[in-house]
Amino acid sequence: MELHRRGFRGGWRGCCQAEVEETLKRIQSQTGVVGIIVVNAEGIPIRTTMDNATTVQYAGLIHQLSMKARSTIRDIDPQNDLTFLRIRCKKNEIMVAPDKEYLLIVIQNTNESSL
Amino acid sequence: MTPTDLRPTQKLKDRPRSKTRLKSARKARSGVFTEDIIPLVLTSKSREIFQCVIDQDVTEEQPYKLIKREDIISDIKARGGTSDFYPFKQQILEHSTEDFLIVFDKDFKYGQSFYMVLSETMKDAILQSLEQKQDGKEEEEDEELSVKDFLFRSWTDLGSSIEIEQEKSEESSTKVKFMISRIRKEFGAPVVFDDRNDAETKDSYMECTSYQDNNFSIKKLERDIGIQAVKILEESSTQTEWTYPRNACTQYTPSEFTQEEKDEILKSEALNTFINSVALRFELALQQNEIMDVFYDDWRGLSDQDSTFGGKADCHLKEYQSFTDLQKSQGKRVNNIEWHPTILGLVAVSVVDHITMEDRMNLTNRLLRSHSYILFWNFTDPIRPQIMLEGPDDIYSFQFCPTDPNIVAGGCKNGQVVLWDISEFAHRLQGQLPAAKPETVKANLLPELDPVPHQEVPVAHHCAVSSIANGHKSFITDLCWLPDHFEITKFGIPIENPEGVCVQLVTCSPDCSILFWDIRRPKSTVLTRHEKQKMEKELQNPEGIPDTFKHIDLYWKPMHRVVLPKVTASGEYSPLKISLREKCTDKAYEKAQLNLAKNKGETPVYGNMDIPSNRDLTNLTEINTFLFIGTEDGEVTSVDWQVEKDMDTGKMTIPKPTQCYAIHDGPVNTVQRSPFFRDIILTVGGWTFAIWKEGVTLGPLLHSACATKRCQTGHWSLSRPGVIIIGREDGNIDIWDLLEKTHEPSQSQNISSLPISCIRPWIVSTRQHLLAVSDDFGTLHILEVPWALRHPLTQEKSNVEAYFDREVKRLEYFEARKILRREKKEQEEEEEEEEKPAPEVEIKTLEQLEEEAKKEHAAYLQEEKKIIFAQLGKL
Repeated sequence: MELHRRGFRGGWRGCCQAEVEETLKRIQSQTGVVGIIVVNAEGIPIRTTMDNATTVQYAGLIHQLSMKARSTIRDIDPQNDLTFLRIRCKKNEIMVAPDKEYLLIVIQNTNESSL
Repeated sequence: MTPTDLRPTQKLKDRPRSKTRLKSARKARSGVFTEDIIPLVLTSKSREIFQCVIDQDVTEEQPYKLIKREDIISDIKARGGTSDFYPFKQQILEHSTEDFLIVFDKDFKYGQSFYMVLSETMKDAILQSLEQKQDGKEEEEDEELSVKDFLFRSWTDLGSSIEIEQEKSEESSTKVKFMISRIRKEFGAPVVFDDRNDAETKDSYMECTSYQDNNFSIKKLERDIGIQAVKILEESSTQTEWTYPRNACTQYTPSEFTQEEKDEILKSEALNTFINSVALRFELALQQNEIMDVFYDDWRGLSDQDSTFGGKADCHLKEYQSFTDLQKSQGKRVNNIEWHPTILGLVAVSVVDHITMEDRMNLTNRLLRSHSYILFWNFTDPIRPQIMLEGPDDIYSFQFCPTDPNIVAGGCKNGQVVLWDISEFAHRLQGQLPAAKPETVKANLLPELDPVPHQEVPVAHHCAVSSIANGHKSFITDLCWLPDHFEITKFGIPIENPEGVCVQLVTCSPDCSILFWDIRRPKSTVLTRHEKQKMEKELQNPEGIPDTFKHIDLYWKPMHRVVLPKVTASGEYSPLKISLREKCTDKAYEKAQLNLAKNKGETPVYGNMDIPSNRDLTNLTEINTFLFIGTEDGEVTSVDWQVEKDMDTGKMTIPKPTQCYAIHDGPVNTVQRSPFFRDIILTVGGWTFAIWKEGVTLGPLLHSACATKRCQTGHWSLSRPGVIIIGREDGNIDIWDLLEKTHEPSQSQNISSLPISCIRPWIVSTRQHLLAVSDDFGTLHILEVPWALRHPLTQEKSNVEAYFDREVKRLEYFEARKILRREKKEQEEEEEEEEKPAPEVEIKTLEQLEEEAKKEHAAYLQEEKKIIFAQLGKL
């Protein structure tokens, strides 16, 4: 049902920014989410919920990593493509969704660390 | 035509002779026929023409004749074929000489009677030879050799034949023939060559020894030598190491979008579709993580809890060592134990007499002579202390300076603060010298009544004491060094400490004041006359006391004073123990080690350090300036030592403490922060102990039940966040594990028969944790902490934190419930009131109200009239 609704909305040229905000807010409200960063194709952050220094650092590094991961997948099979990247760390988990033009990074605190 | 032809002919012998001429001459003499010489037949007619008649013109003496070419040519033309010269016409025309030589050839040398010479050279040569023949007759002697033909003579030997004979080799007649043969197989046989020392075999060699030959002993008196001055040339080379520049570091700024650009992009359609398409994945992932942690190892999680069964289940504290000094500490109470911050295995204890005030006053004369000591015990020597620090009076509390363990500060019974400098004993304490060394004995001025003074144990006298008038009025119960990352000004405002050296102390005493001291030289000291006198006296140094603190000795004043007025009632709190939130940084430990390693004389000279003026250093705002205090009456409060501007009076005063909790039944003897959580504080007093969280004003997080015996002292465990060690009056040690049970101790162990006075744990290494416990009889017990009590459980810190948070929530809940209940109660009371009918309340204007009042009044009057008339009617 959710997909349907979104698909319908995608065709309607309404206030796109509000929708973007709403989606990001929904993601942000999940438990444990530390921050969200929207990055463009060059690694420059567009939208973030964290402080500037951390944002810039994450944007640059994660962007490079996701490029590398994507090129790896495509090297193995040119028909394939990277859809989602999850990096699980000791303290948290970093989730990356790449796209042709943009990149969305979400950092979440995992269960282990909260104990 | 050569010029020689024109000139009159010279004598032939004077003519320059060339080789060709000679050759020609030879040819001419030899009579060889050449093309240059043409034999000629001259008829008599020709002879007459050319005047070559024999024996007339041409004679033996002059056999030649020069005929002009023109004549010959004209002759040829005239006579044609009959001319004698006709067959040679061609050659005559070829040769361009003007004169031709015709020579009468008497001997028919060339075959005819005449011959004609065509070439010049031949002509000359023949003329020459002909002249020679003529001249030869005139000058015979000179011309003999030259005119004559060379005769070939045989070679005459002039003596060189002998040499030639010698050189010649002739074959001798007899020829000796040799044939040498060898067996074929010996050819090519391997040969082994060997060395032979020719000195061994005799006559194996012939030698020509040199000997002095007297024939040739000519002394060279002169010798030709050549000297050439040559520059000394030396070849050398160097190779420079070419270091090529390489990027050591790069500095960059990240490229960022401006706010407008960001807004622009955020509005774009592409971003919208992207976010929408991607959001679902994220939500899935986030929820997955939330539901369950797939990476958690359950197996391993089980094992940790199992390990407490069997094996390492022993929770008993084993006695490691115990120290007591028969003279100095036996019978007295050990009031404070401190582990040396850097040297392992060194403990310092302070002993006090525990006698009542009455007895003290009665025995004042005795106490003047018996000094009080801080004893330093080393694990290697359980009988004799390493050194003893002497103080003017009983020392109730003392501490090592965190950045310089050679400085010890102590607080005495009479309210003085005492400083010791033990840098000269540093080597001894580190165990580099043997325990007893007679040279380092310091002689005590006053002889003691005790029979055998310990001559072997060196005594260090105090370097400085505070001024009695300005210090505390009562005994100092707690003393603490301020951490090394800040220091405070006169008003208590924390400023940064540039050197990172601990230079300030806090002391508290039951005289209701907390004082701050600085061990550096005070800025401007107005010395009273009395003080000056004292200073002069102290110039002599009879006992060799180190003069590290000479600048403050005897007139040391505190720099800041905090009084503690009570919150509600009048009066003041009398603090017994204080606790600071700020802790020393890690650098303090390193500095301590450095300072310990230095020799005496290199230690930081506190006398030269000046207290900086307030303007120099920056204020630190994030320092927590609250002191947590436990008082004599069992109250717990916290006060800010920083001076603030009072709202009412406008003066700069210390703000009053805001909260106070009277919890304990007796004086608080321990106020201590947890080593794991800086805002969790343990207070022990009376028969209970309590745990507090700073900032939570509702009450203690945990207040233990009353124990059977008084709790004398308590301490957090250094390695386990949820373990507290309490020492009791009956000599027992209680170990409380907050995660296990909070209504009673987890285990209890008896250490001594007398009350425990102080507990101090210490971590020596990861495998060895020691607990120093002292009792009222002067014995120091060192116990070893078993594995179960020192190894933290899995997630213990977070569990304990969660427990504290739950307690806070409980307190808040209770508070909220209290308020709720109060409100409910009020509401019930209101409802009771509201049960009576309430008049209708209409909104009326003032006039209307007045009218109504009038009406009422009228009605009332009417009623009154009625009643009066009724009564009058009755009457």
